[in-house]
Amino acid sequence: MATYNSAKCKKSERINRLKDALLHSRPEIEADRAVLLTQSYMETEGEPIVTRRAKAFKNILDNIPITIRPDELVVGSATVASRGCQVFPEFSYEWLEAEFDTVAKRSADPFYISEQTKKTLRSVYKYWKGRTTSELATSMIAPEAQRAMEHNVFTPGNYFYNGVGHVTVRYDKVLAVGYLGIIAEVKSELAKMNVGDSNYCSKKALLDGIIMSCEAVINYAERYATLAERMAKNESNATRREELFRIADNCRRVPANGAQSFYEACQSFWFVQMLLQVESSGHSISPGRFDQYMYPYYKADIESGAITRDFAQELMDCIWIKFNDLNKCRDAASAEGFAGYSLFQNLIAGGQTPDGEDATNDLSFMCIDATMHVLLPAPSFSVRVWNKTPHEFLIRAAELTRTGVGLPAYYNDEVIIPSLMSRGLTIEDARDYNIIGCVEPQKSGKTWGWHDAAFFNMLKPMEMVFSNGVLEGEQVGLRTGSLLSFNTFEKFFEAYKKQMEYCISLLVNADNAIDEAHAVRCPLPYLSSMVDDCIKRGKTPEQGGAVYNFTGPQGFGIANVADALYAIKTLVYDQKKFTLEELDAAMRANFGRGAASMTELTEQIARELQRSGVKVNEGVVAEIYSTLKAKGGDSRYDEIREMILAVDKYGNDADEVDAMAREAAYTYTRPMLNYKNPRGGQFQAGLYPVSANVPLGAQTGATPDGRYAKTPVADGVSPSAGRDVNGPTAAANSVAKLDHGIASNGTLFNMKFHPSALAGESGLENFVALVQTYFEMKGSHMQFNVVSRETLIDAQKNPDNYRSLVVRVAGYSALFTTLSKSLQDDIINRTEQSAF
Amino acid sequence: MDNNSVVGRIFDIQKFSTHDGPGIRTIVFLKGCILRCRWCCNPESQSHLIERMRTANGEKTVGYDTTVGEVMKKVLQDMPYYKRSHGGLTLSGGEALCQQEFVTALLTEARRNGINTAVETTACLPFYMIEPQLPLLDTVLMDIKHMDSAKHERFTGLRNELILDNAKKIARAKGDRLIIRVPVIPGFNDTEEEIVDIARFAASLGGVREIHLLPYHRLGYDKYVGLDREYGMGDVKPPSNEHMESLRRAAEKEGLKAIIGG
Repeated sequence: MATYNSAKCKKSERINRLKDALLHSRPEIEADRAVLLTQSYMETEGEPIVTRRAKAFKNILDNIPITIRPDELVVGSATVASRGCQVFPEFSYEWLEAEFDTVAKRSADPFYISEQTKKTLRSVYKYWKGRTTSELATSMIAPEAQRAMEHNVFTPGNYFYNGVGHVTVRYDKVLAVGYLGIIAEVKSELAKMNVGDSNYCSKKALLDGIIMSCEAVINYAERYATLAERMAKNESNATRREELFRIADNCRRVPANGAQSFYEACQSFWFVQMLLQVESSGHSISPGRFDQYMYPYYKADIESGAITRDFAQELMDCIWIKFNDLNKCRDAASAEGFAGYSLFQNLIAGGQTPDGEDATNDLSFMCIDATMHVLLPAPSFSVRVWNKTPHEFLIRAAELTRTGVGLPAYYNDEVIIPSLMSRGLTIEDARDYNIIGCVEPQKSGKTWGWHDAAFFNMLKPMEMVFSNGVLEGEQVGLRTGSLLSFNTFEKFFEAYKKQMEYCISLLVNADNAIDEAHAVRCPLPYLSSMVDDCIKRGKTPEQGGAVYNFTGPQGFGIANVADALYAIKTLVYDQKKFTLEELDAAMRANFGRGAASMTELTEQIARELQRSGVKVNEGVVAEIYSTLKAKGGDSRYDEIREMILAVDKYGNDADEVDAMAREAAYTYTRPMLNYKNPRGGQFQAGLYPVSANVPLGAQTGATPDGRYAKTPVADGVSPSAGRDVNGPTAAANSVAKLDHGIASNGTLFNMKFHPSALAGESGLENFVALVQTYFEMKGSHMQFNVVSRETLIDAQKNPDNYRSLVVRVAGYSALFTTLSKSLQDDIINRTEQSAF
Repeated sequence: MDNNSVVGRIFDIQKFSTHDGPGIRTIVFLKGCILRCRWCCNPESQSHLIERMRTANGEKTVGYDTTVGEVMKKVLQDMPYYKRSHGGLTLSGGEALCQQEFVTALLTEARRNGINTAVETTACLPFYMIEPQLPLLDTVLMDIKHMDSAKHERFTGLRNELILDNAKKIARAKGDRLIIRVPVIPGFNDTEEEIVDIARFAASLGGVREIHLLPYHRLGYDKYVGLDREYGMGDVKPPSNEHMESLRRAAEKEGLKAIIGG
């Protein structure tokens, strides 16, 4: 039985000031890192790559400008400007150069860039031509995979343009022994080596590189100590002067040494967290189980009276602010897929210990409160839920949900632990999991998981079943046959599975090429110091140094595929309401909305027939035209869509279509298991979209579920927007019918609530019951969007996207979009009043 | 006849209801009512006949005949939620208890499946129609709208003597499993005095411990338009939060736990 103090601590005034300063800053691109990196690279031509990486890292840390911001208690900033970002040309640079003049004005995540910075970067970029990971990857990706990428079947852009990241390191080790301890460990490993060892050369280079990186970090902290001291001497405010002296003491001791207090542990943690994001541009550097590895330091200080809970809370709140100080500039397309300046630093509280006992402690609650105090997007805060999670912990998490900040996300131990064990983790490691980035589980400090390896649009293979593998005139997929040959539903579904399997093999090819490129061009020695067993194996994570290796690309569009398959089965095959050819024509005509004219359509069909080998003459053209006309043209398309909309949809607890969703998910999750990555690890599927379902939906034509062209694809495992009309329990029941365990890279289920649904004590209790019930039914993840006034206004304008939005006012529920404008206005205004 | 094949007339089944009885519940709305309350937010529930109503999404049929078996199939889908939240099935309306045979069969089937049961009732019908259902119900949510019978008649169409008499009998059978609910309607019963009268009566029933004050809202307005009926409340505004809170405090003085909303 866990014992803990769950009392709430108050929020200090300092946090408001820090938050204000942060929010008033302008995200800006800085060039220092790129310059120092390039300078070092130019001096180390010809040396082993891992040595070059370590030297470059050292050159950056020795010389990059450092700053301590007003009011900070925990220091260390990657940029001079708050919320600024550095540039990482070793991965890719062309996109930024191309976007120099638009990056400040774009709609998703704009960044200011000065003319001077542009000039500096332009001169630096000359060096990188032909030397980046993305260029090497491009040269290795198979042409057919390239083609599929060009047609947006999938996009591995994340790791193609950037570092990999997506890791949780051994914070516990740095906190315990410091980098001096790690250097000692590396030296004893070096002492065990024999110059005659087969891997001597590469291992020696890496271990030397690790030592150099660790020393660079110690020196970097020392620079902060000196700066803090200098600032203290010039500080007129006595309190702040003391604070700065304390900061100087901390930075002199950690992360060189093991932490001797909770405050030192906080400072040490932050250096690790921040510097990992200076070494590489990989995002989703996830702090993981902060409440577990920080607890010993907190407990000792509380017991000895060295610290108050209020001060511990203030330090944590400071760190929570710092998470938001880090930033990253992505290319315009990726920025839309990851909108919101997010770095996905996922921090998780609660769950169980490696021994299977409840792990909830004081800090678990204080993590909730820090998130509540700061109310900013970072860290991506998550909680673990299992059968023995204290009820009070869940209620406090629900209170946070109710604020509408979109946090925390809830994760189910009872699904994730066995799922990880099925991928080879020991039971202790599986119980100790945390979440990376969005929803991807892994064991910290032992895994190079390559989560988020690509977005895979499950609707493109569907499109290719209708076009015999052709997209925009190019043969991208397999030739699975003409529509006429699918005389049973089973044959149609079989063709879809074949297209899926083929596209998955292309995705694997692209991912593996990029994986190799990172191992060759950007191995990371600093990261290697904190991932087991890199030191023993003498390999960086990119080269296969980690204990557990995976590649986890994420599929999305399950709801659309399920609804599409079910509509086709019911209307084309069972009830014979229309033929596949008619459906095809309706989709090409976007169901009569902004349709191509019948003449254009006829030409299009004729061209494709010709391409697939049919001889097209005037007679054939006339026949196509008259068939289209006989079938009623545009009004017929509308009619077809009406019929499609009338059949059951995934998300309403209707067994048949839900069973189809399960099968649809398997078309992605099962073939994935046949593949391995260059590090010897397994491919494992995830089912989540980040925010890519919107931009990738914009590149997807109309689909057989009645979805119009260019509109968003369903997100994660959630039902299509507005198609679940039987309330949250029915939606959750449908989603729980999927096999979440096989999608061991994570599944994502989004739910929208009106704040009134969580109002009062009973609102919280019922909310918690909903989460627990979904988890009892073996759902894996749940997150909630408690809708704001803005959302309701948007729902008023775009009712189609919000058909399932339930509003509850004093005992009465209604689907928001079914109400008249005046009543909607009434509710919108009421929402403003319903303060908690 | 087998319970599952008993036929009833309903107009909606609503899941994840959290305001009509404990926990997460499914509400089955039965069609047909005895009263004609001016503020009724479900005017389509009043007639026992199947009707057509215009809505924002086109015209639709309100009301359909179904069997206990069909209803139970839907009710059982949320079984895991009832277990977690101590929720269950609530019958509402209309006046659910009008359809006696259907209600008995439905409640019996719910009980057989281990589902907690509740009814929302006007209790404005002969006690012999209420009594047989009482052993099948875990919770009775019963409206008392006004203590003054003449005013009651003016706003609902019927006098309140039968209701008050039934309240005493139900309280004898159910004790604290009877919860009194008061729709708080401006211009009808929203003075402190009127609410206190009801609370005092509820407290005198013996056993009753809870009273719910449900603030008037205008969400039924569209439906009146859709049914081509006149909305009896004009542009009366919902009571303010402050006023509801003062009524709640006044009701509590009578020794009951008073809750705003359900």
